[in-house]
Order: sequence, then structure tokens, then C-alpha cells
Amino acid sequence: MMRFSTLLRKPAEWMRTAGPHNDIVMTSRVRLARNLEDFPFPGWAKKDSRIKLLEKVQPQVNELSEMKEAFSEEMTGLSAIEKQVLVERHLISREHAAKGPGCATVMNRKQTVSIMINEEDHLRMQAIRPGLQLQSAFENLDKIDTELESELPYAFDTTYGYLTACPTNLGTGLRASAMLHLPGLVLSEQINQTIQAANKIGLAVRGLYGEGTEALANLFQVSNQTTLGKSETEIIDHLEKVILQIIENEENARYKLLEEKPTMLQDQVCRAHAILRNAHIIPSKEALNLLSMTRLGIDLGVFPNEDRELINVLLTEVQPAHLQVEAKRKLTVEERDVLRAEILRHKLKSLTRPDFSDILSEDRDHE
Amino acid sequence: MNCDVCQKDSASIFLTQIVDGKMQKVNLCESCAKEKGVTDPTGFALADLLKGVGTETVSPKPTVKGELKCHNCGFTETEFKKTGRLGCSQCYEVLSEGLDNLLEAMHRSTVHKGKVPMRYRANKEYRDRLADLQTHLQDSVDAENYEEAARLRDAISELKDEYSSKKNLSSSSD
Ligand SMILES: [Zn+2]
Ligand SMILES: [Zn+2]
Repeated sequence: MMRFSTLLRKPAEWMRTAGPHNDIVMTSRVRLARNLEDFPFPGWAKKDSRIKLLEKVQPQVNELSEMKEAFSEEMTGLSAIEKQVLVERHLISREHAAKGPGCATVMNRKQTVSIMINEEDHLRMQAIRPGLQLQSAFENLDKIDTELESELPYAFDTTYGYLTACPTNLGTGLRASAMLHLPGLVLSEQINQTIQAANKIGLAVRGLYGEGTEALANLFQVSNQTTLGKSETEIIDHLEKVILQIIENEENARYKLLEEKPTMLQDQVCRAHAILRNAHIIPSKEALNLLSMTRLGIDLGVFPNEDRELINVLLTEVQPAHLQVEAKRKLTVEERDVLRAEILRHKLKSLTRPDFSDILSEDRDHE
Repeated sequence: MNCDVCQKDSASIFLTQIVDGKMQKVNLCESCAKEKGVTDPTGFALADLLKGVGTETVSPKPTVKGELKCHNCGFTETEFKKTGRLGCSQCYEVLSEGLDNLLEAMHRSTVHKGKVPMRYRANKEYRDRLADLQTHLQDSVDAENYEEAARLRDAISELKDEYSSKKNLSSSSD
């Protein structure tokens, strides 16, 4: 089994590697909800029953070929900060982090697959990939699910499909989502329109950390809302089609901004560069938004493409629990703002000045 | 804009959902969102959002007098209305009356289409095949075609043997 300290030291694989449409799609995630016959659902089960289920399920999960040298731990065996780190990396849910005895998390070495035992359902399995790779994430999980079904008697009904604690997950138990970076649509004030259009066709969109037009870091999650009545492939194909459309809209919005408001864009990106490299106190919200502008700068080609990975990692590592792991102690909000600024100054020391000469002169050529 | 749940903190999470062809907006503050479990879109449940935020919740109507209660886990209908969650997989049978309305509103469907575990696939194929053979057998007997009936009888016992040995195999595989 892998030690937690080892896991913490390494950023997850999906933060460091590229994927299709990586400029706009940060990550793709798929999760499956499964339950066992004869055991009450975790939210209704008594502690003894939850522990019994864990004793039955955890060894089977540990045995999975995907879980060689995995990290496998009961939630009671992790500190508050360790659990928060897993939440900030999207490896477990906030709800699961608050769980007590009988609840556990198993994840692979690469941090691309995590399995929560006794979350809202007996099993919540998740696969995460960089870029737009919903299908590949699903195939990964599907294999794991097939491996587990031969050992664990799943609660299944030929009409309702996989039986889940909440009827909203009934049927496939599948939730697919992508995290999209949409600064173009936000800056050109088209984001609400995009959200509403996605809603109209049954998808949920939400700002990752904030409200509609003010979502922090311009990050948005798009996911399917319904799980019953469509096959897994249909759900994923539909979501993927919509995401490709949003990508196109975002690209158009960026192109238009370059044409119509090049100075505004230049100002935003240059400010981000200046502040991130010089600030001594920086709150989380400001840092995330400036990192978003830096990422946009990379997409526009005004920063070297090699810095993309660094920005992706920083988006996670400037968050509270990650800072406290770095400091090896609890930090007050004020202390965190200082440490965050220090890390950003240090890590972005070699980030070159944004070079707009190419795109701006090209723009003039068009005129 | 204030949070729809607590009505006092300012909302920072804005969700728009289409339910049954109607757009619904739910605005939540950070702490209410956390409490409602909408911190993670892969984990959030639509039922939670619809619950107690000034929108009408669709829930199974009791068709019999008194409280529906799961014989297996003791979960009640009242509990379901409170939490939006069920107690165990068998609760679905207990609450099946009216559940289809709820599912139709949530998913615009009531029938699963997608993956089926092997255990159920094999079982379904076996039952379909067995029923088919038994019908033919009856037909042959009725038609006094004893040769064909004997052949079908053999086929049925072969099928049964095959199924039970498969079952033993899968239940003892470690
Ligand atoms: Zn509130
Ligand atoms: Zn029950």
C-alpha cells in the first residue's frame, strides 16, 4: 500500500499531463454509483452494518488490478488537512471527508481512479483524465465495475437498473462531468447565455467556486443531470457533443476579443503576470483569477506552452489544505495569503514577460 | 442576491436546472451549498436542490392509508420525504407506487437502458431460453409429436445442467 505522504508529495497525473482540447477542458471525470444487495444504504445503515460492508468490500477493491500499490485508508485514519487535500484534488467529495467509522477511500498510484466506500452509496467510483476524455474515463471505470460485479452482489433491478440511495442516480448511476476554462465567454459576457443553453438540454452547469459571471478562475463544470433511460454511451456522447460546441463558442469569443478588445486582453494578462510575480499577500480568490488570466495568456501564445503544467498544478496548490501541507502546520487565513504569495512569486520567477507583439501585429495585418 | 435556503447570506452558487421542461433557478450561499451537498457536481443530487427551497417537490403519493414502511430495513416514506434518499435497495419495491411519477419528473424516463450485470444477463437469457423450450415442448406434446418432445426434454435438462454448473462456477470463483 502507498503511504499518504508519498501521495501528497506528487501532483496527480491529470494535473501534469496533457489531453485533447486541454486549452479549454481542464479535466474529464466520470463516476459510477453502486450498492450491494442485503445491506442498507450508508446514510440509513447503523455503524455495525457500515463496518461489515467495508470489511466485505475493501479487500475486493484492494485486489483490483488497477489498485496495485494503491492508497487505501479509512476516513478515521486521516487528519482533517489530509482529507481536505483529497477534496481539493477532486479525489473525494466534501461529504465523504466528513465521514466517520466504516467509510474508506481507495485510490490508485496515479490518482486517476478513486473509490469511496460508504459515501452516499456503498461504492462511488471515479475516474479522472486531463482534457476531454470522457469516453476513456468511462471505459476505465467500466472495466473496474465488471471486475467487481463478479465478486460483489450488486443491487440491480431489470426495470430500474442499478439501485442507488438517491433516485436521482438511479439506472446507470453515471455522472460525467468536464471542468471547462471559459475566460473568453466570461470576458465577452456570453457565459450566462451558454449556461442557459446547456440547461435547456438537460445539463447542469455551475461555476466551480463562485457565481455565474464571477466564477473564480473562470472554471465551470458541465455534467449530465439524468441517469435513467439512456445508456452510458448515449449519456457520454451527448455531453461530449455539447462540450465540443462550448469549446467552439469559447474559441470564437477569444478570437473576437483579440479583434475587438486587444488592449483589454493585453492589460488583463500583463497585470496577472505583474501581480503574481510581485505580490506579498494574495487571497485565494485573487490568485485563482490571475492564474486563469495567465492560462489564457498561454493559450494565446504570449507565454511559453511549457508553463501550462505549472499553472494547472498551481491552481490546486494555492488552495488552503495544500498550503498547510506545504507549511507542515495549521495556518490562519492571513498566514495562508502570505505563503500563497511566496509560492507564486517563487514558482513563477522564470515566467517570461508576456509577448503580445506577434498576435497584435498579425491583427493589424488583417485590417 | 440572497440565498434561497437561509435567506440571509448572499448567494454565491447559482444553479439553473431544467426540470420537466421548466427552468428553475436555485441560488445558494457557500454554507448552504455545502450542507446540501452541491459542492461537487458529480455528487450533487437534484432531489436535494428541489427540497425545501421554495420549489415544489414531487414525491410518491401514498395509495394506502397509513405510512409505507420497508420490511427489510424499516425505512419509512416520511423519512424519504425528509432526506430524498432511500434506506435500502428493497425500499424501491415498497415505494414503487408513485415512484414512477417522481422518476419521470427527474429523468423523463422510468426504465433503465444501459449496462446489466453479468449475473442478471445470464439469468435473463436462461429464463427466456427455458420458457421458449417449454412452450415448444408443450406444443409437441399437444401435437403428439413424441420424438420432438423427447428431443426438447433433453435440451431442457441440458440447459438446466449448464446453467447450474455456470452458477456454481461463478459463486466459487475467488
Ligand atoms: Zn444560505
Ligand atoms: Zn429498505
